[in-house]
Amino acid sequence: MTDFYGVELSNRLLLGTAQYPSPAVLAEAIRASGVEVVTVSLRREAGGERAGQTFWDLISDSGVRVLPNTAACYSVKEAVTTAHMAREVFGTDWVKLEVIGNADTLQPDPFGLVEAARILCQDGFAVFPYTTEDIVVADRLLEAGCQVLMPWGAPIGSARGLNNRYGLRTLRGHFPDVPIVVDAGIGLPSHAAHAMELGCDAVLLNTAVARAGDPVAMAKAFSAAVAAGRSAYLAGPIEKSDMATPSTPVVGKAFLS
Amino acid sequence: MKVFVNGTAREVQASTLAGLLTETGQTKPYIATALNGTFVPRDMRERTVLSEADRVEIVSPIEGG
Repeated sequence: MTDFYGVELSNRLLLGTAQYPSPAVLAEAIRASGVEVVTVSLRREAGGERAGQTFWDLISDSGVRVLPNTAACYSVKEAVTTAHMAREVFGTDWVKLEVIGNADTLQPDPFGLVEAARILCQDGFAVFPYTTEDIVVADRLLEAGCQVLMPWGAPIGSARGLNNRYGLRTLRGHFPDVPIVVDAGIGLPSHAAHAMELGCDAVLLNTAVARAGDPVAMAKAFSAAVAAGRSAYLAGPIEKSDMATPSTPVVGKAFLS
Repeated sequence: MKVFVNGTAREVQASTLAGLLTETGQTKPYIATALNGTFVPRDMRERTVLSEADRVEIVSPIEGG
């Protein structure tokens, strides 16, 4: 059983909590999909409002584990400070570490990511680094103390699916014992199933569920797809071939011509 | 003294971060603070002295992806 910093997940879909039509829909999507981990964030307190408390009550009542993120952080200092604030507010060492390097693609800054990961791992954080499928960067993240890798599927919110299946497959092959969570860019349940069929250990997504016509139904669909992809991986998929191979036995076929 | 609270300039009487939170009504248990970009743990707020033009950040939980 794969564990994520000592935590085993029976549901390998991790769900973001942003952009839902209403808090009630978010709560129902969490319940209906059976997810055990959701991502959360921090923003400036507006003062006098109870928005933060209301959201936090909803998540607390759902009984799921939270994975705070450092979304929109472009520097090591921002990300590290945000992680510390998140640890105090949410009461968890887990952090989805984002150090963004480009505003158009929201792709990770691998240099800042490794530096921030090293600082946070040394300070006792359980870092889930939002990275690319680059093996060298992954190696540096593991050296820094990360015990999970979280490569992107495609740019955040793009719904493009797995832009680099080869890269994910080589990452899986190169680090067979490191939990891999594909994060970002997933648009359809089939994308999530593909990631799991490649041997990835979990999928994290938000927009594809939250912005769907029926977020609750889509959350259930993704949960089923992730489970199906995992089962398929464990079952041992067959190899591809260029030519056809008859599935019906040829021997004993009646001679009719 | 003038300090910047979440990016907005404010005249405050408080001399510590804890005092500033009380003065501005930010006494909720689920907030976290930073001063000039550095995290200030809850139990350090009383001892954290403010200076002119300090930048205080006060954050609370929101949805995230």
